[in-house]
Amino acid sequence: MMKLGDLAQRAGEWLRGTGPMHDVVISTRIRLARNLADMPFLSRCSVKQQEDLELRLRRKILDAGIAEEMLYVDIANADDMDRKLLVERHLISRQHADADHPRGVAVSSDETVAIMVNEEDHLRIQALRSGLELSEAFTQINRVDDLLEDRLAYAFDSHYGYLTACPTNVGTGLRISVMLHLPALKMTGEIEKAFRAARDMRLAIRGLYGEGTEATGDFFQLSNQTTLGKSEEQFGEDFRALVPKFIQYERQARQSLMTRRAIAVEDKVVRALALLRSARLISSEETMYLLSLVRLGTHVGLVGDVQIETINELFLATQPSHLQRILGRDLSGPLRAEARAEYIRRRLHTS
Amino acid sequence: MLAARRSTGIKCDNCDKQATVHVTEIHDGQKVEKHLCEDCAATEGITIKADVPISQLLEDFILQTASSQGGDEELACEVCGLTFSEFRERGVLGCPNDYNAFGERLELLMSRAQQGATEHVGKVPRHSGGDQKRLNAVLRLRAQLRGAIAAEDYERAADLRDQIKEVEEG
Repeated sequence: MMKLGDLAQRAGEWLRGTGPMHDVVISTRIRLARNLADMPFLSRCSVKQQEDLELRLRRKILDAGIAEEMLYVDIANADDMDRKLLVERHLISRQHADADHPRGVAVSSDETVAIMVNEEDHLRIQALRSGLELSEAFTQINRVDDLLEDRLAYAFDSHYGYLTACPTNVGTGLRISVMLHLPALKMTGEIEKAFRAARDMRLAIRGLYGEGTEATGDFFQLSNQTTLGKSEEQFGEDFRALVPKFIQYERQARQSLMTRRAIAVEDKVVRALALLRSARLISSEETMYLLSLVRLGTHVGLVGDVQIETINELFLATQPSHLQRILGRDLSGPLRAEARAEYIRRRLHTS
Repeated sequence: MLAARRSTGIKCDNCDKQATVHVTEIHDGQKVEKHLCEDCAATEGITIKADVPISQLLEDFILQTASSQGGDEELACEVCGLTFSEFRERGVLGCPNDYNAFGERLELLMSRAQQGATEHVGKVPRHSGGDQKRLNAVLRLRAQLRGAIAAEDYERAADLRDQIKEVEEG
């Protein structure tokens, strides 16, 4: 049986960072919101109903043959660090970690599927992929959705589609999110161009949120704003049209930086790497900021001696709960900054 | 950039509007604080204007209905008991039947949140499907047909008409 502790020791599927277009696209995530037809939505359930739901959905998910191996975490009874670990891996939402009713998450051993039970909706099915892999993620989530639908009666209305607790998810219940690394567009000040392109397509783009509720630097999440009135395929088409534009803009910006401001960029990248290699105390925010520059550096050929996989792995491993799990110790803030700096130095010198 | 927080009370560094985004940047180890309004923050690429949150939509909606309907007769779901004003407060519905119980008032709000769309044309569950599947295929094809006609792609439009006929007679 797979254990939660095993997860911290390796980079999650979504952050392995080696998928298609990985120089710009970090990950592709798709989620479907689903509810049972014979139960109230979660906020209107009694505690007893929530408990029954959680048990029933847990059993159905584990019996559905979704993956060879599924890990189920009873979030209500998990310890705080495990909950945060799941958030850092983007397997559950922050709200799901912080809630206090019966709830859980089922994760396939390769972490390409994560199903939240009793989140805002009874089920939040997610497919996660590294790089740009919309078709694969769609195929997989459809399969999982069908397997569950064989065993459960979903709340579905011929007019409104899949019925969700919040009307902003009704219809397809679909949220596609593509995570992008756009450091060069930020540096050249052309990021607005990308935002305008997203707005024209009516897609939302926002900063990736780090440890707190703080946007951290150069990572952006592109997602659909509406869920009704188009088919799943049509929503997917919007991304197939727009994401290549983002990739093209970012690559052009990187090229133009390397022809016009090569020394300035090299200075930023080399300083970032030197800081990571010598700091004695470092916060996770500063780590993210510096790793983003080094990540850019590896893709424009300015960093020869660090593997891209190492950088991607460090983004995750330096998050508070991961760091503590990997080192096998509970560390308070100041101690954590020291342990983080030491861990980074070790990883960057030996690789 | 190190961190961006949101709060209220200070004026934007670049213009006279209220700053809602507060950024702490690190330049060569020095902390620099910036306070920006939503527009300036978006221009500088620090934040992106978020889509309108449901609470905002609800607020707009309350204002709108208060002026247009005058009276305040209360709608309640006969299945879960949720009232429309409770829904306004919380932003989440109580049970699947609320979609019927709140009828037009909910539909108006939904169409705003969904950029005008009011009808599902996507996937249909295999088991509760049946006729609904066919209906949705027709709806979807009709939407595609409208697009083809708008784009003056008459060959595709003719093809889509045939497909619709086929499904409808199916």
